[in-house]
Amino acid sequence: MLRSSIMGLLSLTLAGCAGRTQPATPSPAAGPSAKTTTLSWERSQYPSTYKRKPNPPVFIRNATIMTGAGPEIARGSILFREGRIVAVGTTLEPPADATVVDGTGKFVTPGLIDTHSHLGVYSAPGTFAESDGNEATNPVTAQVWAEHSFWPQDPQIPLAIAGGVTTIQALPGSANLIGGRSATLRLTPARTVQEMKFPGAPYGLKMACGENPKRVYQSRGPSTRMGNMAGYREAFIRAEQYRHKWDEWLKSRKGNPPDRDLQLETLADVLRGRILVHNHCYRADEMAQMIDLSHEFGFTIRSFHHVVEGYKVADLLAREGIAASVWADWCCFKMESYDAVPQNAALITQAGARAIIHSDDPIGIQRLNQEAAKALYAGQQVGIVVTREQAIRWITANPAWALGIDSVTGTLEAGKMADVVLWSGDPFSIYSTADQVYNDGWLVFDRHDPRHQPSTDFNLGIAEPGVGR
Amino acid sequence: MMARVRVLLVAAMIAALPAITAAQTIAITGGTVYPVSGPKLEHATVLIRDGRILDVGTSVTIPGDATRIDATGKWVTPGLMHANTTLGLQQVGSVDATNEANHAGDINAAFNVAEGIDPATPLIAIARLEGVTTAVTGPSSGLVAGQSVLIDLLGDRIESMVARSPLAMVINLSESSKSAGGGSRAGVLEALRRLFTDAQEYDRRKADFRKNQMQALSASAANLEALGPVLRGELPVVIDANRQSDIASALRLAREFRLKLIIRGGVEAWKLAGELAAANVPVVLNPIDDIPSFDGPGARFDAATLLQRAGVSVVLTESQSGGPRNLRWSAGHAVRFGMSWDAALAAITLAPARAFGADDRYGSLERGKVANVVVWSADPLDFASHADHVFIRGIEIPYTSRQTELLERYRKLPPSY
Repeated sequence: MLRSSIMGLLSLTLAGCAGRTQPATPSPAAGPSAKTTTLSWERSQYPSTYKRKPNPPVFIRNATIMTGAGPEIARGSILFREGRIVAVGTTLEPPADATVVDGTGKFVTPGLIDTHSHLGVYSAPGTFAESDGNEATNPVTAQVWAEHSFWPQDPQIPLAIAGGVTTIQALPGSANLIGGRSATLRLTPARTVQEMKFPGAPYGLKMACGENPKRVYQSRGPSTRMGNMAGYREAFIRAEQYRHKWDEWLKSRKGNPPDRDLQLETLADVLRGRILVHNHCYRADEMAQMIDLSHEFGFTIRSFHHVVEGYKVADLLAREGIAASVWADWCCFKMESYDAVPQNAALITQAGARAIIHSDDPIGIQRLNQEAAKALYAGQQVGIVVTREQAIRWITANPAWALGIDSVTGTLEAGKMADVVLWSGDPFSIYSTADQVYNDGWLVFDRHDPRHQPSTDFNLGIAEPGVGR
Repeated sequence: MMARVRVLLVAAMIAALPAITAAQTIAITGGTVYPVSGPKLEHATVLIRDGRILDVGTSVTIPGDATRIDATGKWVTPGLMHANTTLGLQQVGSVDATNEANHAGDINAAFNVAEGIDPATPLIAIARLEGVTTAVTGPSSGLVAGQSVLIDLLGDRIESMVARSPLAMVINLSESSKSAGGGSRAGVLEALRRLFTDAQEYDRRKADFRKNQMQALSASAANLEALGPVLRGELPVVIDANRQSDIASALRLAREFRLKLIIRGGVEAWKLAGELAAANVPVVLNPIDDIPSFDGPGARFDAATLLQRAGVSVVLTESQSGGPRNLRWSAGHAVRFGMSWDAALAAITLAPARAFGADDRYGSLERGKVANVVVWSADPLDFASHADHVFIRGIEIPYTSRQTELLERYRKLPPSY
C-alpha cells in the first residue's frame, strides 16, 4: 500500500505505533481478514497517499551546518538523493549528477517541525466557514480527527513553508477536555490531506487543561478544574473497559465482536501506547495533576503544550520524560499565562527536560527560528547555560521526538529524510531568511526562484505568489 | 461640564511633566551613538541633566559631578516609542476587570483613556526592560474609539506618566466597525460624515444648541465637542484601515474634512504609497502581519520598504502575544526585507514622534529632548542583544520586573517560598 522511500525505515522504528495505513482495529495482531467480508475496523483507515516528489540530487557546499545531532560544522557540505540524506561532512565531493548549491556564508538546518499548529483547521481568510478546529459540542470528543477538517488550500500553508517548516502536527483546538486526534503532516502543496499525511507517523490525541474547557462548558459543565479532572477520568474509565472487552474478544474471535465506539477506540489506543498524548496545559500544579492522571490509567503524556509555568516544575518534566512545547515569550493574555518568563525554554532545557518551541499561530509558525533565538538569548542573558546546538533542537529534533518521527527526520544525519533548509545566514539572526526549503529532498520553496514559490487557490487573483517575501 | 473637567485634567498633566525628573547628571561615554536625527557617532558621549539631554557628541565636556556610564563597545539609541499599545490599560487580556481600553458604544470621541491607566501594571516594566520607554496607549473599540495618550513608562501616578493628552483621535474603518454603519462600509462613511458635519455645526452654533434651538445632532455634546480639535486640524486622527479601498476612503475623508491623518494597520497601504506620500500621511505598520483576510488580503513583507521608498513616513509597531517587548524586532524584520537599518530604527523612534507631533521632545538624541536613552549590548534590532541600561527622563530603570522576580524564585528547584 505504502510505497514511500522511507517505509523500510519506518517499519523498523515505528513498529507498535498505529500507522496511517493500518486497520483501525484495536488488535496489535490484526490484519485484513481472510474472510470474504470484512468489517470496517478491519480495513485500512484513511491511509496516507503521500508520495515523494522527484528532485535531482542536491549538494550544498561550504555552509555552516547545524545538524541538530551534534556540534555545528563550519564549511561543511551535505548531499541528499532521492529523499534521503547521503552524507554530511567537511570532506565531501559532489557527485556528477548533483545540483551544486553554494552555501558560502549560509547556514543549513533540518526542516523545522511545529508540534502545535492549527493550519488547515483554522484556515485563512478566517471566516466561520474555515473555523473547523474545535468540535465544541461536548467536553470529550476523542472521536473527531483533525485531518477530517484539514483544508490543504489554506493560504497560510505557503507562508509557513517559506519559514522553513517541513512538518506540522495539525491539532484540534483546546475547547474540549479531549479534543480529538491530531494529524502529522508533511507541509507540501497538495489537493488532499491524504497526500500530506506523514507515512507511518503515530496519531496524537489533543487534551486540554484549565481555563478553556472550563470557560466553554461553564453552563453545562465542567465549570471547574476539579470538573475537568473528573471528565478525563470518566472518559478513561470507559476506555479501559472498552479496551479490555476488545482485547479479550480478539484473543478468541468467538461470537460477535463488541460494538465499535469511535471515541473509545481512540482512547483505548492511547492506553495501548499507540497514540501520543499532546496536552495543552499552562499551570505547574495542573501538569502535576495530569501526570497523576496518566499514572492512574497507565498512559504516558508525550508533550505538554504551552507549559507557560514549565520552569516551575522543570524537574518534574525531566523526571517523567515529558516534552514541553512552549512559546518564547507569550504572556498575560489570560490568567494561566500570567506567570510567563522568556527564560522558560532555557530553564526547562537546563533541568534536563526536552524543550520545544511551538507556534500555535499562523504568524509564529513562519518564524520558529526567531522565537528559538529569542528564548536562547533570554536564557544566555541571565547566565543560564544553553547552547546554540540545544536551541536548534527546540525546533527540529525535539519536536520530531514529540511526534514520534525522530527516527526518520529532525536531524541532518545520513539515512534520514532530506528535510533541509538553507538559510541566508545564521537562523538565530533576524536578518536571515529561509532561502531554500527541501521537503523529503524536493525543492518546495526557493526565495530567489518564482518557479518554487507555491501558492494556494485562494490567493489567485488576490495576491501574487511569492511577491514581497 | 465633563469636557471642561477633562480639559483641566489634561492641562494639569502637561504642567506636571517637568517636575518629576530627578536632578541628576549622567554621562554615557564611549559608545556608538545613534542619535537618529543625524549620522551615528563613534566613541561619543550622551550627557543628561535633570531629565533632559544636555549634549550629544564626540567632544562633550563632562561635568565633575556626572555619574559616568561606560558604554564602550555598546550601542546607544533613543528610547523606543511604541505607537500602538494598551499599556497601562490592560493587564490580563481575558480579565475584563483589568481592561480599561474599551468603551461601549460606537461613538466615543470624548473618551480619553488617561484616567484608566494603572501605573502599577507589571506589563510596563516588562516592556521597558526591552528598551521601550514611551508608548502611545489608546482605546480599541467602537467606530470612533476615543482619544489616545502618550506616556513615558515611568512613574507611579497617571499625572507623572502622561506626556501628552489627548495625543490623537482613534477611528476604525476596518471591517470590525461595519456594524456602526448598519452593516456596510458605505454606511460607516455616511455615519462619520454626518458626525463630522454635526460637530462643525455644533462648533458654530453652541449658543443655539444650549437654547435647544437646533435639530437633533448625531452624537452627544461631549462627543461633538471632543471632535472640535480633530476638525480644526489640531489633533491627529489615527484611522485603522487595511484594505486598499478602506485606506482610500480614509484619504477621501481626510481631504473633505482637512484631517491630520495617520493610517494604522495599513496592510495594503503599499498599493497607495504615492498617494499617501503626496498627502503626507504616515503609516503605522505591523510588518509581520501577513495573514490573508478579507480585511486586507494583500500583505507583503517588504511593505515598509515600498512605502518608505515612495516617501511615506513609516512607523513600525507590533501586536505580538509576547507583548510590546517585541517592538525592536519589528524594525529588524523590516531591515530583513529591504529597509535601511537607520530608517528602521527611526521607524520606532523619531518617525512615531513626528507622526504624533511629539518630536519636539521625543524620538532622537538631541539637546533639550527628554532623556529617554537606551544602552544596548549589541545591535538592538537583532536577537543577540539586550538593553544594558534604560533611562527614562534621565532616571535609570532598575533591571526588575514581575518576570525577573519569577525567574529568580524558580531558578533553583524546588523554590524556597
